[in-house]
Amino acid sequence: MFQIRIHGRGGQGVVTAAELLSVAAFAEGRHAQAFPSFGSERTGAPVVSFCRIDDREIRTREPVMVPDALIIQDVTLLHQVDLFSGLSSECYVLVNSSRSFEELGLGEFLKTFHPERLLTCPATEFAMEHLGRPLPNAALLGGFAALTHQVSLEALDRALRDRFEGVVGERNAAAAAATFRYVVEQKEESLHASPN
Amino acid sequence: MLRQIEGSRAVAETVALCRPEVVCAYPISPQTHIIEAVGAMVKAGLLSPCEFINVESEFAAMSVSIGSSAAGARTYTATSSQGLLFMIEAVYNAAGLGLPIVMTLANRAIGAPINIWNDHSDAMAVRDSGWIQLFAETNQEAADLHVQAFRLAEELSVPVMVCMDGFILTHAVEGVDMLDQSVVDGFLPPYEPRQVLDPNDPVSIGAMVGPEAFEEVRYLAHLRQMDALERIPAIAQEFEELTGHASGGLVRSYRTEDADTIVVALGSVLGTIKDAVDVRRQAGERVGVVGITSFRPFPGEAVREALSGASRIIVLEKAFSIGFGGVLATDVALVVQGSNAKVFSVVAGLGGRAITRRSLEDLLAQSVRGELNPLTFLDLDQAAVDRERARMASTRRSGPSAENLLRDLGSDYAASKAQT
Repeated sequence: MFQIRIHGRGGQGVVTAAELLSVAAFAEGRHAQAFPSFGSERTGAPVVSFCRIDDREIRTREPVMVPDALIIQDVTLLHQVDLFSGLSSECYVLVNSSRSFEELGLGEFLKTFHPERLLTCPATEFAMEHLGRPLPNAALLGGFAALTHQVSLEALDRALRDRFEGVVGERNAAAAAATFRYVVEQKEESLHASPN
Repeated sequence: MLRQIEGSRAVAETVALCRPEVVCAYPISPQTHIIEAVGAMVKAGLLSPCEFINVESEFAAMSVSIGSSAAGARTYTATSSQGLLFMIEAVYNAAGLGLPIVMTLANRAIGAPINIWNDHSDAMAVRDSGWIQLFAETNQEAADLHVQAFRLAEELSVPVMVCMDGFILTHAVEGVDMLDQSVVDGFLPPYEPRQVLDPNDPVSIGAMVGPEAFEEVRYLAHLRQMDALERIPAIAQEFEELTGHASGGLVRSYRTEDADTIVVALGSVLGTIKDAVDVRRQAGERVGVVGITSFRPFPGEAVREALSGASRIIVLEKAFSIGFGGVLATDVALVVQGSNAKVFSVVAGLGGRAITRRSLEDLLAQSVRGELNPLTFLDLDQAAVDRERARMASTRRSGPSAENLLRDLGSDYAASKAQT
């Protein structure tokens, strides 16, 4: 089972992101479960959502305590919410920021993690470019797909177009594709830069 | 067709397939998404003929439901928590009159303190109202139970409440095999009322009944629920033959064959318990689970049989009777009377507290070691309780306990505001 926890703020599509991820995984024949941190979502308030993906039936109903991947949609949460609760050094971490982990003050904390599983990406900038609105969720999902290979970009593209009709779906899909490409490029660059 | 769909949406679309003629509800979290979706379908003409009646309260919602059901219309409503309490007089009336209304109860805690999260105290508050109460383990079962509920309600002239865990199920997106209209039409015949308000054939419904017949009226209601014990499994079996879905029924057992410890529970927590049982099984412990789908009528014989091999029975429930202990545990203890099994009551998940596999594993391990108390509050913060007790002992005007606890735990509104 692969478990994802998404942190953001009310209005940024945190709950929708988990749902879309589950729809994409489901479309690829996998079992998936998505649910929000229940109840008190308000615009601007910290919101958490969860998604589980597995090859067999998912029975558990507990919140994701030990995520395999963490997506942070809003870096202003870094010093307000316990974003890293239950994190192991095996976890993938994807943060919406144009700054590096070092610049965000997380370099030391993430020292023991696998560098190829860590990435910051300017998802809000991609969203502004393609959607014209600062909604980073679709873009981050594209990044997630490139980083973890848990869902394909194609499945994500279909999920976004099914969820948002017409031009909105196209723009969201474009934002996801742009981040996907960005993450693939970043991974290639770091591979070439690596001493091995 | 198998779809990845929100629980509320799956229930709303399935209710629509049942062709209700009147839907009357008042919005309350976490039931809202269901009612919004049904309302949108009525407005879009996708569910026709059907009248969606807006009302000013839950009391009105159930009262209108009583009226429409008595007039012979297939009637649906949904509520949660305080909404259920607000309509409670009408809830009893619906059952007392024998009107086959189907209601979704998106289970939520009852205040005070106000809490919008899941537990089963709302369902337990109307346990004795005369409604049949069925609990869903998954969203598949929640959707399917509604089809079975209309069939059962109308066959027996008894209202049926489908209980599904608020947020945990209502707001979860997962795979649900949605039924076709033709399948539901084949399973659910048009509503043939046993009693109907018809100007051409006038009757009175709801007359005053004195001591000469009241007990008999109540006993007849009890007999109808006893009939339901026969009909619930039969309907579930017919449903399974038609759809391939193993939904509904009285009780369901998991890995109980050789189990000496069995956990009994209602609703969605069964999934997490099964995962915990699998882990303890790997450690060589003989543990199993029994899920109760039909809480009212209570399937005493089926429960006794399902638990017959166990020496330790852990009844884990999201509600309790303050001043005594578990509600379901009391029922279970009564039906296993005379066996050598010991019944342990575990209260868990109140007001939305997450019930984790880890805590359940610890609980099972504790039980196998013989260290479980007769009444346990899972993951209780005993230190926080002790501190509040100390404050109460040290000063007369210690203030409201709920707010004291929040302040103590550093999560009161002021603290959260200061954070942002």
